[in-house]
Amino acid sequence: MLVEHAGRKNWRSRIASALVTLVTVVWALGWASIILWAIVVSFRPAAEPLGRGDVWFGSHLTLENYRKAWSLAPFARYYINTIAIVTIILSVQVVTITMAAFAFVNYTFPGKRFLFFFILLQLMIPTTALLAPNFATIRRLGVFDTWFAVALPYFGSAFGMFLMRQAFLGIPRDLVDAGVIDGCNWWQLLRHVYLPPSMPSLVAFALSSITWHWNEFLWPLVVTLTERSRPLTVGLVRFTQLGEIGARWSLLMAATLIVAGPLFLAFLIFQRRFIQSFVHTGIK
Amino acid sequence: MSTTRTRRLPLLPYVLLSPTLFFVALFTAWPTLLALYKSFFRQRLNIAKFREPTFVGLQNYAHLLTDPDFHKVLLNTVIYVLGTVPLSIGLAFVLALLLNRRLRAIGLLRLSFFYPTILPMVSAATIWMFFFTPDYGLFNTALEFLGYRGPQNWTANPNLALLAVMIVALWKNAGYYMIFYLAGLQSLPTDVFEAAALDGASWWQSLLYIALPLLKRTTLFISTIAFISAFQTVDHIFVLTHGGPGMASTTLLYWLWQVRFEYQDVGRASALTVILVLVLLLFTVSNFLVSERGGADVG
Repeated sequence: MLVEHAGRKNWRSRIASALVTLVTVVWALGWASIILWAIVVSFRPAAEPLGRGDVWFGSHLTLENYRKAWSLAPFARYYINTIAIVTIILSVQVVTITMAAFAFVNYTFPGKRFLFFFILLQLMIPTTALLAPNFATIRRLGVFDTWFAVALPYFGSAFGMFLMRQAFLGIPRDLVDAGVIDGCNWWQLLRHVYLPPSMPSLVAFALSSITWHWNEFLWPLVVTLTERSRPLTVGLVRFTQLGEIGARWSLLMAATLIVAGPLFLAFLIFQRRFIQSFVHTGIK
Repeated sequence: MSTTRTRRLPLLPYVLLSPTLFFVALFTAWPTLLALYKSFFRQRLNIAKFREPTFVGLQNYAHLLTDPDFHKVLLNTVIYVLGTVPLSIGLAFVLALLLNRRLRAIGLLRLSFFYPTILPMVSAATIWMFFFTPDYGLFNTALEFLGYRGPQNWTANPNLALLAVMIVALWKNAGYYMIFYLAGLQSLPTDVFEAAALDGASWWQSLLYIALPLLKRTTLFISTIAFISAFQTVDHIFVLTHGGPGMASTTLLYWLWQVRFEYQDVGRASALTVILVLVLLLFTVSNFLVSERGGADVG
């Protein structure tokens, strides 16, 4: 298993290998059954309550739960908010991390090492842990209950800066020198020498940033108050606590999938890309 | 750090860095100092006479030290961290070994373990809420099959609520960490294993003496993100247990949120923030030092 051995195999290793495969498949089925159940039940008629031994398919498939969930809570508005927040964060981050990484790779300046570690502080103290004092700052800035309240703390990203810096460091020095000799100014150097080969890192960062902020719950819970700015995740938790929902699982599952759906579909379509970028953002 | 490549504009690098520096200063450095400062004051927003901050020295910390609730929360947090971090890393490693083979539909198998990473924690917890409900028995039936005979209402049972929350975290994170081990396994040099096999090393020996040491960096990296994530993920607690029953499943960050936003106790919440930050710093810095000593390239 550590290294795939081609070539001859005796019957004992064949049986062992089949057993390992069996364990893997059963385990995978157990893991997958969670989401499969949610998907199946979200299409089950709500009028048919679940019971012991009868928790999967109903008499027929229906979209009624999705329609009902959509009408019970302003999911359309939550979608707009989530998409806006994710977009604002990512577009600012792309600019700030690229600039910061470029500064660290292309220049030497007094205080460079100190500033580098100062920024890395953000990796050691996650923003979530600072929710109480950051809430005070957001209030003071007068942006409470807006998209920016959710987005602002993430405008600088130590993680993204670090990732782009690693990518930039991998660019051959000769290429940079050639650019300088050709008379590139800093912007042209960044645009034509540093950025093109670093696009995979930028895409990897973008995917993990989108996933992280689409799914984030605690910080938006604290700094949003109304439908004006409330994202999908916070909306979902409110929805599960609505009185009229009770234990109507098919409705709950429809709501759950409304929240998780877009990212999940995108992931299924671009699976390879996603997994590569998660590895990339981790290992590099 | 790299060498000079251009020396023309001494001001430019600072300008380029300024947005990142500004936001790190405003939302990481400043709030840390602010929490430290406010932790020396008594300020409770829901009690009229304590609305304005009063300097009380170390009283907030002193109260915490003798507060049985705080002890309970610390114990829960230690159980949560020690229960989820090593186990999810162990599961991830086993999964990576199982899936690092040539199998039909290997993509589908890997997908089965990785998809929880993409789900929002609140969605995952909402689905799990059903599995922990005794009326339908899906989860409990599976457990009974494995020999479990205990109580069935997981999220409402003081002995099981924390475990329920931990199970969801394990289920969600194992596949994420697995991906790093898979990448690590696939980047191992094959000739070393072939040489070991020729020398008669068993599968276990190559695993213990070659693969694991070579994957040390991966393990260190995963344990760092797993540790930080264990402290900062409380979304599933909001959905499944609200920290209860009683305080059975209240962890540090969840309690911090409660103290600040439910009990409106700014002073105590600030002291808790300081404690949380110290714990995180202690761990990340020591991890950093360990990896430096191991000769790993951190910068």
